[in-house]
Order: sequence, then structure tokens, then C-alpha cells
Amino acid sequence: MLCNANHLQHHSEEVRTLAATINLSRLIRNNLALGAGILIALWAPLSFADYKWNFPTPATPIARDTLHIHNEFMMIIIALFVVVFAIMIYSMIKHRKSQGHQPASFTEPNSALGWLWVLLPFGVLLYIDFVLMGIPAFHAVVDMEDTRTKADMVVKVTGMQWKWQYEYPEAGIKYMSILTTPQEQIDNKQPKGEHYLLEVDNPLVLPVGKKVRILLTSTDVIHTWWVPQFGVKRDAIPGFLRETWVKIEEPGTYRGQCAELCGKGHGFMPVVVKALPEAEYAEWVENKKKEQAAAEESGDKVWEKDALIARGKDVYEKNCAACHQANGQGLPPTFPALARSKVVNQPLFGTDGKPPKDSHLDRVMNGKTGTAMQAFKVTLSDADIAAVVSFERNAFGNTMGDIVQPAQVKANR
Amino acid sequence: MTAATNTNPAHTAQPPHGNHDSHQEEYRGGIMRWLTTTNHKDIGTMYLTFSLIMFFIGGIMILAVRAELFQPGIQLMKPEFFNQLIGIHALVMIFAALMPAATGFANWQIPLMIGAPDMALPRINNWGFWLLPPAATLLILPFILALFGIGDGALATGWTFYAPLSVQGGIGVDFAIFAVHIFGISSILGSINIIVTIVNMRAPGMTWFKLPLFAWAWLITAFLLIATIPVLAGAVTMLLTDRHFDTHFFNAAGGGDPILFQHLFWFFGHPEVYILLLPIWGLIPHVLSTFTRKPVYGYRAQVYAFWGIGVLSVIVWAHHFFTAGMPVPALLYFMYSTMAISIPLAVLFFCWIATMWRGAMTFETPMLFALGFIVLFGIGGLTGLVLADVAADAQYHHSYFVVAHFHYTLFSGGIMGIMTGVYYWLPKWTGHMYNEKLGKLHFWLTVVSFNLTFMPQFFLGLAGMPRRIPDYALQFADFNAISTVGAFILGFSQLIFAWNIIQCARGGPKASDKVWEGSTGLEWQLSSPPPHHSWETQPVVK
Repeated sequence: MLCNANHLQHHSEEVRTLAATINLSRLIRNNLALGAGILIALWAPLSFADYKWNFPTPATPIARDTLHIHNEFMMIIIALFVVVFAIMIYSMIKHRKSQGHQPASFTEPNSALGWLWVLLPFGVLLYIDFVLMGIPAFHAVVDMEDTRTKADMVVKVTGMQWKWQYEYPEAGIKYMSILTTPQEQIDNKQPKGEHYLLEVDNPLVLPVGKKVRILLTSTDVIHTWWVPQFGVKRDAIPGFLRETWVKIEEPGTYRGQCAELCGKGHGFMPVVVKALPEAEYAEWVENKKKEQAAAEESGDKVWEKDALIARGKDVYEKNCAACHQANGQGLPPTFPALARSKVVNQPLFGTDGKPPKDSHLDRVMNGKTGTAMQAFKVTLSDADIAAVVSFERNAFGNTMGDIVQPAQVKANR
Repeated sequence: MTAATNTNPAHTAQPPHGNHDSHQEEYRGGIMRWLTTTNHKDIGTMYLTFSLIMFFIGGIMILAVRAELFQPGIQLMKPEFFNQLIGIHALVMIFAALMPAATGFANWQIPLMIGAPDMALPRINNWGFWLLPPAATLLILPFILALFGIGDGALATGWTFYAPLSVQGGIGVDFAIFAVHIFGISSILGSINIIVTIVNMRAPGMTWFKLPLFAWAWLITAFLLIATIPVLAGAVTMLLTDRHFDTHFFNAAGGGDPILFQHLFWFFGHPEVYILLLPIWGLIPHVLSTFTRKPVYGYRAQVYAFWGIGVLSVIVWAHHFFTAGMPVPALLYFMYSTMAISIPLAVLFFCWIATMWRGAMTFETPMLFALGFIVLFGIGGLTGLVLADVAADAQYHHSYFVVAHFHYTLFSGGIMGIMTGVYYWLPKWTGHMYNEKLGKLHFWLTVVSFNLTFMPQFFLGLAGMPRRIPDYALQFADFNAISTVGAFILGFSQLIFAWNIIQCARGGPKASDKVWEGSTGLEWQLSSPPPHHSWETQPVVK
């Protein structure tokens, strides 16, 4: 019998719980069911897919530090979120009118203990802000900004609409790095490659294990040089130098993008870095030097018209077609057409043997201020400028028939 | 429009209203009524209607953007048009949707809540509103001009106008500069009006510490607007002269500095975030108190927190461009001062939850939106705390992580806050109850699709997707597709909101004067809708 009574008591408790559940279920029916249903319906098919949920694998000490800090901070804010909203949700379930809860009327803490409960969270928050988060953040900042201590080499990165130039002052190497993804892939006419939009002709090549100080600037608008696996992101600002540093730990190819809106080609100027072991890097430097010397020689020789125009077509497609378009029709009014353009269809040289202001060669070499037309004498070799100008004068229906020799470009630098 | 059955609260000396209806005859009918009105309720209605229309225009723009981003590759639009849409979307949402909505609330509610007959400067009030449609037209006109071959479209620099990109841009930049000027003048006029009204026209007995929190929050908002809008106006004017009169404020070749623009812009831009959010923080305690049937917890603490946030907001601006490069001490200063904002914000969260604690809650639509606001804005605030850290910011900045972060603050903080206020006050304004079922459906669709849109963007940012790109690498494809699906559900769900408002304005069950069981405050003592001229004799607050 005792057992039975006990059972009965237990039963009545169950009834009470059941009543509460029914009450709760009404709330759910009224408010939550709809939301939860939609949420589950939309989320269910996704739960099996394989996604990236965090930073990519770090490749430098800075990136490792950043990932560590990020993980720690995320844990802290998720904990804060859970604690605060657990309290709130508890209150939403317990303190409902439908549960018959009578409202209290307190508006401030009214005892010493009450004040303690009020001030405690703020003590905890101050501790989190300025100790738990603040101290590691301090060290990370100081480390990230220390570009000079024990730097092994310097690389200068120049952002331009919409490509990067890499310069190695000590080795005397300088070259452009341009997107190689074909336009057909972007226009969905060809299947997209593995490194769609993240591939370039000449990546930045760096040695593994060396602290590289990176100087940044720009020739036109602000760009931002970003490789997520390096944990650094720094703006390239026209007229100013900014700096950052990387020390890559593993050989490999690392990919990133320009991160500051810089015009219509913003999504199409990737950053690709190839990290080589030191010996291979030294070899690469030697080869690059030879290549560059050969290119300079080609600027001294006299070119055949056909060879020059053929080279010019190549240079045009890499450097000019983004704005003036492959067919030379441009995108007026911002990007004028070259076909039958006044600038192109006028004599190359004035009576003094120099290109007049705003003539074809002058425009290509010196650019036009206030527009996206940059001064290509900064980035292109004599031979490339001669080639592209010669090409433009004899393409898109332009029939000037004349050509420019690299020596003439050199003479007008 | 006026119901003559105004219930007189016991402690006011308000005479019956019937004989005042003759005032309405002064008003012209048709469009002239709205063009010439100086009535705070009419002007508030116009602000809110304008805001709702612009909300949909800005929303259509971003749905086009999300459609383009559904799959990798360029599908629908050229990159230059994409760039125009993202920037104009932001400017429309900030200047033409969120700010006018908050000003509309202020116009409708502040006189009712503080027992004033109208705003202090009614003609300036009218002008303040009527500056908005021309400003919005200027912003959007370049899109239409481009269709006729004039110019190359709207501002394509993002809403931040960063020089030198904006120096390089087409006529869209000039149009946007003038639009921002006019929006700015409108905001300043509105702010002056609100300050003058609150300072001078409070009902007898309404001391500063009896002022409703919504009015307090708006007072600080108005000060912030007056302090920062002129800086923005100066910055864009310098930009204009750089573009057309050969000055070199932002041109290094002429001795200028492109980063100067960022300092000036964000000196306005950061307080602007709080300009958008403070009125909401002022409104939330009223809603919580109403639906918990319990007085606001920590009234004074919240007022001090508003002031604290107002002051901190103007000294933290450079955290918006940590990656531009700064001396270490500057980085540390801006990092720690930004983290400090978490303290007054925590005060607000604490007071909101303490207001709910041991109340007697019911979950009508405004309460649902308020609770949704608290949780989702919590995510926005907490991610803001980690963004303050310079080293981690190097990864988050310019990425989709930031896009997700500020939509958690400005959509769930700003827009959902506005929706809270609309559902809360709509029965008072129209005299009818809105459709509760549709309201709840709207809430759940909004909350779920909002998270579906923006939660994946946090992960896109962490994986390394930069913002403001029209096309992306293949590893970002899945999350972008989810985000686009979410955005379309979110966008179309808002039609329920518009439908509910229109139906409520046209008719529906009669709302009582008090509307909500737990409502307290002067505005609930007037009839629903309130008479065209209310509080002609000011109530006495005890």
C-alpha cells in the first residue's frame, strides 16, 4: 500500500508536469512551432555538406596567432551569448502571464546582495575585455606591426587597377602579376577551373623561413593586399608606403584577393604567392634576373613590324583589354573606345621629334590624371609600350600604318 | 479622423476634444494637405511611409545583388553595375529607410509621450520631411539617366565614397554628394526640432528623470547628428572640390592624403551606427515593460548608458580602417576604446533582461520583435567586440564577416527595432488592431530567413571571401547560394509587413485607448487614434 501511495504522489507530480508541458506546448504552438519548423525545413538538407567553418590553415606565425586569438574570442563570446540568453529564455518560459505569473515591481537592486549580482557581470565583462581579450590582443598587435626586427629581405608590392606589381629592390627584379582566368570562364561559357579567379601569370615568389618585410603602395586608388593564410591584410595607398611582414613556414602556393573596392575589376585581381625552399628561391632569382636582362636587350634592338604588332596584341590583352575591351570598343563614357579614336589616329611625333601632349604615345606612357588611365611607363618595358602602341595603331579598324620602336620610347621616358 | 471620445486621464486637465475638430477645416484636402502640413502626426506618417517605400527600393537593389551572387560567374550584370547597386543599397537603407523611420517615430511619439501639443518648430518639420524625396531622387536618378545614355550610372564606390576611387568616378558621385548634403540638412533640421521640443515642451512635472526613455535616446541621437553630419558634409564637399576644382585634399601628389577622407568619413560614420540604433534602444524598454506588465528596470542606468555610448561613439572611429596602417599606440587606443563600448551596451542588455525577469509576459508581435531584436542584436554586438581586436580584425576586415556583423546590428538591431515600434504603436496611430496572425508569421519568416541569409556570411568571411566582389572563387559557392535563398525569403516576407500595415490603416478591430494591457505613459491616455491636435492643455505629470 505504501508503495501505492508513493506511486500516487508520484503520479500527481507527473500530472503537474504534464500540465506545465501542455501550457508550454501552447506557447510553442503559438510562437515557436512556426519558426522551428521553417528553420528545420531549411537547415536539414545542409547538415551533411562539407563546409569551411573557420580561418584557412595558417602558414605564418602571425596567422597562427590570429587563429588562436580568434578561436579564444569566439569561445568567450559564444559563452557570453549562451549564459545571457539562457537567463533570458528561462525568464521567457517561467515568467509568463499564461503560467499565472504575477509581475514583480522592482526597478533597481535593493540590497547589498542585489548590488553584488548587478555589479558582478560588469566586473566579469571588464576582466574579459581588458585582461582575457585585451592582453593577448596587445601582444598580437605589437607582433604584427613589428615589420623591421630581423627582417631578412624586402619586397615592394604596388597595387594598380587591376593587377599587382612585385619588386625585389635588392635583386633588381620587377614584374607584373595579372589574373589568368579566361573571360569565357567568367562568362560561364567554359567550365570553371580549380583556381577560378585565384590564378595569375606571375605569382609573388618568396623563400620559406625568411622574415619578409612587405612595403605597399598604389598608383591609382586604394587596394588591399590580402592572403588569408598569412593572417595579414594591409592597404596599398597611393602616394604613401604601408608595411607588413610574413614568414612563411611551409613551401606551397597561397592564394588571396584584393580586399578594398577599387573599381570594376576589384573582384579580378588575385594575390598568389609561391613559397619556395631557400635553394630553389635563389635559383628562381637568378633565372628571373637573366629573363629581365633579356627583356631589356629586346628594348635595344630594332623590331620588325609584324613581330612588334604580334607582341603588342599580347600586351594589350593583359593590360588594356579590361577597360578598352578586346575589340577596342571600350565602355564609354568611362572607358573610351580606341577604334577610330582621335588620340590613336593622329601623328606619333611632332615637328620637334617628341610626342605632343595628349598624343597616342604620351597618353600610354603618362596616363591621364583623374581617370583610370594610368602611366604605363611605370609598369611596362620600352619594348612592351612600343609594341602595344604599334598594335593599337593598326588594329580595331585603325589604319595609321606606322609603328614605334622601343628606342623611341626609351628616348621619351 | 478624430474620435471625439478622448478619455481624460484623471491627472490631466485636458478638456474634451470635440470642439477642436474645427481646426481640421484649416487643412486643405488632397495633396496640398500633405505638402503644407505642419502637424506632427501627418509629418510622422509621411516620414514612415517614405521610409517603407525606400526600404523596398533598397531591398530590390540588394536582391539583384544576391541573385548575381547565387552562383560563381557573372550572370546578370556587369561588375560596374554591381558596384553601383551595393553602394546605393547602403545609402538608401541608411539615409532613406532607417533614419526617416526613426524620425517618423520621433514626430509621432515624442509630443504624445512628453505631453506637448506638437513639435516646437512645425514649419521646419515640414521642410525637414520634404527635403527627403528630392534627396532620394538625386541618389537614384543616375541609374535612370544611364538608361538614356547620360553618364555612367550611380555612385560605384560603396557607400563610403573612399577617395581616390570617388575622385575617379562618374557623375553618380556628384549626385550622391548632393543627395547626402540634402539628407544631412533634413537630419539636422529634424534634430534641432527634437532637441527644442524635448527641452522646452515637456508637460509640467516631467522632470529630466521622468522623461520617457525613447525621448532620452532621441535627444542624444539628435546631439550626435548635429555633431557629426557637418563633418560628413565637409568631407564630401572636399571630395567635390577635388573632383572639379583641382584641390588636392585627398591627392598625395598635391600634398593631400587619401586616409584623411577615411578619418573624416568615419568620424561621422561610426556615430551614425548609434544614430540608427539609439532610438531603438530607447523604444525597447517601453515595449518590454508593456508586455511584461512590469516597470522599466534601471531607468537611470539606461540614461547614463545612452550618454556613455553617445560620448564613446565619437572617439572610436578609426577601428573602421585598422588595415590602412596606423602607429601602434593609435591601434591600441582605438582597440581598447572600442572594447569599452561593450560596458554601456552591457548595461542596456542587463536592464532589458532584468525588466523581463519575474514579469508576466505575453508574446504579441511587438514583444516577439523586441525579443528577436535582443537575441540577434546580441550576436551583432558580440561579433563587434571581437572585431575591435586589431590582429583578428586583419582577417575579418573587408570580408563577409563584417557584412554579416553589421547586418546583425543594422537589420536585426535597426530594421527589426523599427518593426517592433511599428507593431507597438500602429494601433495607437490608426485606431485599429493589425492582424496578429500575419504579424507573427512576418516575425518568424523574418527571423529565420534573416539568419539563413547572414549566418553563412560569417563563415564566408572566415573562409576568406572579400566583400564587394561581383564574382567569387568556387569554394564560396555553397554558402552564397544559401545566403541568396535566405535573402529572397527575407525580401518577400516583408510584403506581409506592408500588407498588414495597409490593412490596419484601412480598418480592422477597434483598438482601445490603452491598446495593450500593460501599457503605461501619457500617449496611452489619448484616444486611438489620437485627436488631430492632442495635449492642447498640457497634462500634469506627478
